Amino acid sequence: MRVPVSWLKEYVNLTLTPDELAYRLTMSGLEVEKIEHTGADWERDKLVVGEIVETKPHPNADRLTIALVNDGSSAEPKLCITGAPNIKPGMQHVKVPFARLGATIVDGHTDDGSTFVIKPAKLRGIASEGVLCSEKELGISADHSGIMLLDPRAPVGMPLVDWLGDTVLEIAILPNIARALSVTGVAREVAALTGEKLRYPQLTGEGTGPAIAGQIHVDKIHVEIADPDLCARYSAAIIRHVTIGPSPLWMQRRLTLAGMRPINNIVDITNYVMLELGQPLHAFDYDRLPLEQGRKQIVVRRARPGEQMRTLDGQLRTFTPDMLLITAGETPVAIGGIMGGEDTEVHGGTRTILLEAANFDFINNRRAAQLLRLPSEAAGRFGRGVDPELTIPALQRAGEFMRLYAGGAVDQGFADAYPGRKPPLTIPLTAREVQRLLGMDLSQAEIAALLRSLDFQVAEQGEVLLVTVPSFRLDVTIAADLVEEVGRVIGSDRLPATQLADELPPPHRDLLWEHEQAVKEILVGCGLQEIITYSMTTPEAEAKVYLDTPEAAGHSPAYIRLANPISSERTAMRRTLLNSMMENLALNLRYRQRITIFEVARVYLPEGGSGDGLPAEPARLGIALTGPRIPHDWSQGTAEAPPLDFFDLKGIVETLLTDRLHIQGVAFRSASHPSMHPGRCAELLIQDQVAGVLGEVHPLVAERYDIPGRVCLAEIRLDQVLPQVQTMHLYHTISRFPAVTQDIAVIVDDETAAAAVEQVIRETGSSLLRHVQLFDIYRGEQIPSGKKSLAYTLEFQADDRTLTEDEVATLRHQIVQTLAERLGASLRA
Amino acid sequence: MIEQLKALELESLDKLKAIDSLSDLDQWRVEVLGRKGSLALLLRGMGQLPAADRPAVGARANEVKNTLEAAYALAENGIKQQAIGQRLHQDQVDVTLPGRRPGSGRLHLSTQSLQEIGRIFATMGFQVWESPEVELDLFNFELLNIPPYHPARDMQDTFYTTNSDILLRTHTSPGQIRVMRRYAPEPIRVILPGKCYRFEQVTTRSDIQFYQVEGLAVGRHITLADLKGTIANFAIQMFGPGREVRFRYSYFPFTEPSVEADVDCIICGGKGCRLCKYSGWLEIMGAGMVHPTVLRNGGYDPDIYSGFAFGMGPGRISMLQHAIDDIRYILTSDLRFLEQF
Ligand SMILES: [Zn+2]
Repeated sequence: MRVPVSWLKEYVNLTLTPDELAYRLTMSGLEVEKIEHTGADWERDKLVVGEIVETKPHPNADRLTIALVNDGSSAEPKLCITGAPNIKPGMQHVKVPFARLGATIVDGHTDDGSTFVIKPAKLRGIASEGVLCSEKELGISADHSGIMLLDPRAPVGMPLVDWLGDTVLEIAILPNIARALSVTGVAREVAALTGEKLRYPQLTGEGTGPAIAGQIHVDKIHVEIADPDLCARYSAAIIRHVTIGPSPLWMQRRLTLAGMRPINNIVDITNYVMLELGQPLHAFDYDRLPLEQGRKQIVVRRARPGEQMRTLDGQLRTFTPDMLLITAGETPVAIGGIMGGEDTEVHGGTRTILLEAANFDFINNRRAAQLLRLPSEAAGRFGRGVDPELTIPALQRAGEFMRLYAGGAVDQGFADAYPGRKPPLTIPLTAREVQRLLGMDLSQAEIAALLRSLDFQVAEQGEVLLVTVPSFRLDVTIAADLVEEVGRVIGSDRLPATQLADELPPPHRDLLWEHEQAVKEILVGCGLQEIITYSMTTPEAEAKVYLDTPEAAGHSPAYIRLANPISSERTAMRRTLLNSMMENLALNLRYRQRITIFEVARVYLPEGGSGDGLPAEPARLGIALTGPRIPHDWSQGTAEAPPLDFFDLKGIVETLLTDRLHIQGVAFRSASHPSMHPGRCAELLIQDQVAGVLGEVHPLVAERYDIPGRVCLAEIRLDQVLPQVQTMHLYHTISRFPAVTQDIAVIVDDETAAAAVEQVIRETGSSLLRHVQLFDIYRGEQIPSGKKSLAYTLEFQADDRTLTEDEVATLRHQIVQTLAERLGASLRA
Repeated sequence: MIEQLKALELESLDKLKAIDSLSDLDQWRVEVLGRKGSLALLLRGMGQLPAADRPAVGARANEVKNTLEAAYALAENGIKQQAIGQRLHQDQVDVTLPGRRPGSGRLHLSTQSLQEIGRIFATMGFQVWESPEVELDLFNFELLNIPPYHPARDMQDTFYTTNSDILLRTHTSPGQIRVMRRYAPEPIRVILPGKCYRFEQVTTRSDIQFYQVEGLAVGRHITLADLKGTIANFAIQMFGPGREVRFRYSYFPFTEPSVEADVDCIICGGKGCRLCKYSGWLEIMGAGMVHPTVLRNGGYDPDIYSGFAFGMGPGRISMLQHAIDDIRYILTSDLRFLEQF
């Protein structure tokens, strides 16, 4: 909302500079987003109000006109040459912006805002002594179609900045500032904030022509509201004998400053009154309203299914019964509070106006405007709520303007159907309530005075203030709203800052959240970088990470899909982190050779929801590794380090789950997975439940992301892992007695899993076997083909004694024997 | 014998002078001072001396032995010093070569600020509470005092799902209703962190996905002044001592009164600079007293209970802290960006 300060001054004395004013408004909830100064750079002595005293044709050029301009500096008028189409020989006593020699103005022939200094110049043999300026040359607008014409009242010779210069405040439009969507509305706020008095526009009588009336049938117009739930009030005036023409220049100027384009006197007046008072108006060509049953009538009703009308933007529109129409009974003539119809539009030959000032339900209005995709200036206001008491003042104001500036005659009285009249709202408020919410002590008298400054009526009844809400404060309905009014007029400086003194809530520690943070910290400790990626993806993008399409694999997963995606690359909520990790690797491999990353995020599974229609949102951990195992440094020379592989990934998972989170029952087993290398993929098991997958990515999948080389990828179901985290685990005594180490190498079948060998060793070794470490795997000479040798270091120790050699030898013998029995292992010689 | 001793001494010391390795030195020790060394051999002849001469010769022999042993120790020390000096010299490196970094990982910038915000509010008794990202319209809007087609919906452009009752939450505020319904009528102090989504053009200042941290306190004596004190406390802990907070009155449908909280500019301290667009203040969060309708929807009687709520973007806080001028970096997860924090 653009508010010219010069206009604001009409209704309230301004005791503050525009900057101070903007600050006060902003602090109190009307955020001034921008302060625009017009004419701030106009040189006072060089750009002035001039009067064209005489015009004549240029002797040497048909399209040029010579204008003699009085600029107030001397008796002798200045000679100007102009090619502007609106300055014609014979014109006299026209006020224009005049730029003297040496003035700086905007170049009218370029669009980059460049300026130049006016120098003495000859045009077709005649010397020019100044320039008549267009709006564009003054930097006011882009209009270079003619010389700007000034109000005839402008004093000759006055610095132009004093006549035309202005400051416009641009106020952010929040849903609750309907009250301030007008210049008088802002003026009311200013008056309350500065202690000044509001001067509301003088509203003159109701015309002198023949009487019209409301719902009672009279001969001129009959108004009926068939659906009062959507239209609280419909008022109308008839103005006869109007002549369509331009509106006065001062009005055009104000409209332009407020961001509206002047059109003609009738349209400009309706817009002006809307900006001034906040009431949207619509002008019908009265004579074009169809007769229904032999009379002119307005019926406000819901549309019939499929009913149609051409709106004044030329579009044929089709309506549904939840849209409100203004009709002449059968024929629609406007969409209530949104846009008028083309057939009844005011045009150059219009003689009689039916002027509508109505009030519509704001929710329904917004809904209809959205469904029709018709955001109009009127809908913008009705959609935020308009004071129903404004219709008659707006008709009075507009009628008077039409009388003055369109030659109209206003019929006496106004049609006024007002089925939605509401009694004024009275809210009880106590100083205690203000204290309870604001936390500061204010006297009852001060609260009453503050509210009165905002036009609330306040009656004091003992300790209770009975506050009556003015009709224009649609946003105030409860005591808390009044408390805000008090707070914002006082300002934030007076509000104390206190620390919470209220009772502390019972502790509800969110352990899962804490464990999730711990997971991140541990992975960071493993040298991984955390990433966060978009939750939105496409099913096609996710299919990329699986070698077989889901359809080929026999299942087609359900997705949470967006009804209004912002791009074709983000249409659904992801079900896996695998694709996100691969996409991120591909992105970063453009700049890096070695990448070790993880992400903790939710996935969205429609099938897992809890019944209210919402998906399950289980947490997942994604890990991806690629590149050399050891970061390269200068001391390695050109030697290539081996790549990160499955065991680097598994080591991270083991560190996380077993060593740091102390989760019991972690196991891995060979698995196949549609993203993974068939020989380098494992399922993670926790207490025999599958809790994730880890492996090296199948080369054909990696190729789809243009990733060469090995990629290690894991997705772990954190929602299953986190509840298993052991916050209490028992420590193991550190023995004071020496440990005995023994190496053994056993030969087993190639297919035998190392984990099986280790399990047998641990079980057989009993509690005296403290550590088992595989230190070598060997195939080749001395080992039969189809076999491998696994070499372990075993460490035995007791807590209460030094183990004897016999004890250790016995244990070792038992281990070898059990390995032979269970796995067919033989001791390597 | 005395002369022989003298000669042995001189000869041995002479030999010792020429020795420059530990192995030669050891050999010298064996040859001269060993059990079968030259000194021992010489002294073997002492038994044939007249008894009267023996004490003098013995004393002299001891002197020679001590002299030679001392010379040996001195030589050994010298050779060792020289050897160490040589080794140290060979070990010398160019200390300006790059260090070998252990390859530390890092938390994502957003996680870092989220955790910091969480720690700060924990000092004031706020605990973490999480709620769904895919939400019911009911919780995201209606129960927060934003009915369908209400103008406040324009403030938050929304991603809807193909089920029109379900959307991607536009803010963490639906968690307010969920946490109130869970704990009513207990007092509440929680922060609700999480991802939110807005149907907006991606620009340098807004992304379709972002983090928000909501705070909520509900109790019997909670005031707007408490909100101001709490935010001031946060600002000081987050941005350093001396920070000031001011409230600008504003509008949110789920709070009444509603405010925007500003902190004086962390760069210029209020004098005006590019970061604060010459206003001297930085907007850090929207806040207010929980609207009575929202309290009621959460199961609290607004005549007895009051509460405050605030919402901020850790992304915005990080941008302020690190002078980041493009919010889009935060979700590209470009390592060249993330590795700077
Ligand atoms: Zn600054």
